[in-house]
Amino acid sequence: MRFARAIVRPFVTTQGVARWMLLIGALITSVFLICALFAPWLAPYGFDQFRSSDGKDFPQLGHPSSQHWFGTTDLKTDVLSRTIWGARTALEVVTLAVFMSLIIGLVLGIASGYFGGRLDRMLVLVMDALFAFPSFLLAIVVAFLLTNKIGSGVFFMTSGVVAAALSLTVIYIPQYFRVVRNTTVSAKEANYIEAARALGATDGVIMRRYLFGNVIQSIPVLGTLNAADAIGTLAGLGFLGIGIQPDQAAEWGYDLQKSLDEASAGVWWTSLYPALAIILLITGLTLVGEGLNETINPLLRTRRLIPVRMTPRETVMSTTLEPALHDDPMADLQAEDRARRERRDPNP
Amino acid sequence: MSSSSGSLPRYIVQRLLLVIPMMWILMTLVFLLLRVAPGDPVSAALGGKISPQALESSKEQLGLNKPLIQQYWDYLWSVVHLNFGTSFTDNQPIIDVIKQNGGATLSLTTAAFLVAVVVGIPLGLIAGRMRDTPSDVLIRLFGIITYATPIFFAGLLVQVHVAPALGLPTGSDASPETTFIVPDRTHILLIDAILSGDWPSIVDVVRHLILPSLVLGIFICGVFIRLVRINILQTNQSDYVEAATARGVSPRKVTWNHAFRNALVPVITVLGLQAALLLGGAVLTETTFNWPGIGLKLVKYINGRDYGAVQGIVTFFGLVVIVVGLIVDIINALIDPRVRY
Amino acid sequence: MTLIEQAPAEPKGKPAVIDVRDMRVWYGTPTGAIRAVDGVTFSLNGGETIGLVGESGCGKSTLGRGLMGLLPAGAKRDGQVLFRGEDILQMRPDDARSMRGPDLGMIFQEPLTRLNPLMRVSEHFEETIRQHEGGLSKATVRERAVEVLNLMGIPPTRYRSYPHEFSGGMRQRLMIALALVLRPAFVVADEPTTALDVLVEAQIIKILNDLRQNFDTALLLITHNLGIVAEACDRVAVMYAGRIVEQGDVRDVFGNPQHPYTQELLRSTISLSTTGLNFIPGSPPDLIEPPPGCRFHPRCPHAMKVCTDQDPVPITTADGRHVECWLHGPKSLIPPGGTDKVEREEIGIADEA
Repeated sequence: MRFARAIVRPFVTTQGVARWMLLIGALITSVFLICALFAPWLAPYGFDQFRSSDGKDFPQLGHPSSQHWFGTTDLKTDVLSRTIWGARTALEVVTLAVFMSLIIGLVLGIASGYFGGRLDRMLVLVMDALFAFPSFLLAIVVAFLLTNKIGSGVFFMTSGVVAAALSLTVIYIPQYFRVVRNTTVSAKEANYIEAARALGATDGVIMRRYLFGNVIQSIPVLGTLNAADAIGTLAGLGFLGIGIQPDQAAEWGYDLQKSLDEASAGVWWTSLYPALAIILLITGLTLVGEGLNETINPLLRTRRLIPVRMTPRETVMSTTLEPALHDDPMADLQAEDRARRERRDPNP
Repeated sequence: MSSSSGSLPRYIVQRLLLVIPMMWILMTLVFLLLRVAPGDPVSAALGGKISPQALESSKEQLGLNKPLIQQYWDYLWSVVHLNFGTSFTDNQPIIDVIKQNGGATLSLTTAAFLVAVVVGIPLGLIAGRMRDTPSDVLIRLFGIITYATPIFFAGLLVQVHVAPALGLPTGSDASPETTFIVPDRTHILLIDAILSGDWPSIVDVVRHLILPSLVLGIFICGVFIRLVRINILQTNQSDYVEAATARGVSPRKVTWNHAFRNALVPVITVLGLQAALLLGGAVLTETTFNWPGIGLKLVKYINGRDYGAVQGIVTFFGLVVIVVGLIVDIINALIDPRVRY
Repeated sequence: MTLIEQAPAEPKGKPAVIDVRDMRVWYGTPTGAIRAVDGVTFSLNGGETIGLVGESGCGKSTLGRGLMGLLPAGAKRDGQVLFRGEDILQMRPDDARSMRGPDLGMIFQEPLTRLNPLMRVSEHFEETIRQHEGGLSKATVRERAVEVLNLMGIPPTRYRSYPHEFSGGMRQRLMIALALVLRPAFVVADEPTTALDVLVEAQIIKILNDLRQNFDTALLLITHNLGIVAEACDRVAVMYAGRIVEQGDVRDVFGNPQHPYTQELLRSTISLSTTGLNFIPGSPPDLIEPPPGCRFHPRCPHAMKVCTDQDPVPITTADGRHVECWLHGPKSLIPPGGTDKVEREEIGIADEA
């Protein structure tokens, strides 16, 4: 219940452009979420299926038709199915990556900020170096390593999804680390922490409370914007052939790379749909992130402008000793205000 | 006052010294990632292609039989001498690869950066100035969608639809005749063409540069729009903007002298960080347009599983990013008097 | 102080520099309009300083900003603000804008953030002067600026410095110099010393005090420090919940406060003879739905029946003071039984006033 209210709250409190961004972004993102969750039911065929259940092969590079709405690929697979299954892959990888970098950033950030000293200085320097480094190159190096060296069969790395998520995780850790570490440091120094400690609260309790209150605000913004970025990076890795391999799952970047040559030969459907999926999902996530940012960031937040209606006045005051009898308009206005207030929050 | 100018050299020296630990950390990371992980890089690259004896001797030659700590030390020491190692697959010194292909990457990223600045900063200023108007919404959407579009898809669209329509070439950094005519002096084709004074060659090189740099530049400009816009919104709320308004300074001058100027200072710092984004984007752009830069080479070596080359090129990219960050910080110190304190 | 016998509100002879008549400033909010300033009237002559005092949130700053035209989007103002007989509120925005600087000046509370950190002091002066008097050479601008800076005790050698090279007190003097370089006839100073330490505060007050002699400026000094008012002002206006409840000569008002709120306010100041802290019970009223009648009545020790439902009428007392309080009549307008005291829990009543 509290969780549901936390999700709904930004939609209610925002307004104007920010609200529309948030709404449209959430709509687009949830369409992809549904595709990802219900891919087996929504997709007409499997992501690597190339013949129908009665054993007949699908056409190669077939035009969009009633059997294959988005056409078929060079390998006779169904483009619509691959696009829907691709949503599942993308969201699996991205969720995993963002979640892992959040956890690692949280642990390292708290440790660094709490213990301070040499560990803190070292970690800050390492994270700064990581942050400055081209994130895409970093992802390439890790993906290269994972697909080549370990990809040959060491425990769970065989799953392309996990390998890809790991290569993305590395590039987002520094951002969470920075937020958490700075919050921890200021928490340690804040006066009211001293007060809480004097009242007998343990460090663990204090840290949890304080961090939860402060970090929780920036995480949704950071998380959605990173997720958007991760979709693009994943597609880039797929395009270079070092992301998820075609036999592991459907991945939009890989599909796009496969369709490049066909596109110049007039086969537009194999590239258009995966590309549209990438663009739409990144746009949707970015809209959510920026919309949230405008509601949470006090520097960007706008107060709703309410047109002011001033009550008319009948008498020029101050020079005359006549009492200014603006009782009636006053009462009107008050009633109006009260009505407006009641409309806004039904149970005060 | 003279008190401020005196501390600028000291600031620069301090900032320069910071480069050393940054570079060391970066190299250690790269080394750990590529060397300490299980497996044998030479077998990965050459396994099955040459005899076991040749494999062994090539390992010997590359120093891969030495203890790890010795390898690590050798790697650090060679990079100090600007030696980025040798590729395993074609036995090329990486520094030669950088010399041969660096010029193409440099012209591409520079041109793209200019495109991003010229398009992104004015659009960001307009969006920030006209907050929540239709222009603002349109500009922001433009920024979001261009950044959401994968470079390789944009490159594909441009190659299939735009290039034929405009009659612009894609596919390399110059036509074969130009490469043949222009003597190689600086390894930067555009400069070489200008030096040669051959007008058709210059035109040819520029025409090849237009589409790839537009694709990469428009991709990056979304980031610029966002940054500039947010900074405008924040400076617009600052006390000195209100104070200037209270002195009757016209809105146009307030925007220009106070809001824009102050909004652009933090942007310059962040533009330095975009060098990293630019290099990452360059890898994809070069692959899409077959642009003979370092990125294209990197992808080739990745596909050849050439650890030596990947390590060398990535180290070099890291060095470039750190040096660009250094330059940006120094420029920033020159512009903003507060930094020197 | 030779202004004591002069009737302040309606000066005869030359017109007031600024004449505010029944001004209102309201902010729109989702829960209703905030009536930050709700019918304020006062006027000021050249060389005269009026102190505007009151608790935080009573509309002091809003009044100052409203006069300058520096209100945030969503605020609305009406009434009349006559500058040398011309109504600023009726002007086109651009005309009103060009009055800021040469006619109307403003000094802010926090001097540290009011100067653009990227601009030299000289650039601030050049921008300000050239905006209003185009075509002046750099040398002329410098001459003008250095003249004012000298008055503020800032040496001409600092003319090309950046703001961060100055201390807080010096920056406030810079801000004053910037506001005065165009010789505005009316200046709003919004808590100009609140962010400064005591010694610097005395300096700034002296500078503001000298303004009258040097520039013949009409000054509206917004502050919550009654000591500053006693020291630097000719007249004082006490504001409560968006209205000026008492206005008059500083000596008269401070020596013999007529409005219960003024009495309470004066009692809550600390002096050497203070033995215990006095405070006004209750908190400032809700400005969205102010109390009916006199806005102070819920906190007033002398509240009567009439105070709870009828707005008090502005009264001009014998010594030329303006008071809005039913205690001072007019008797003819108070309904029968209106003077009965309102029953409430007993709170220590001041009787030394």
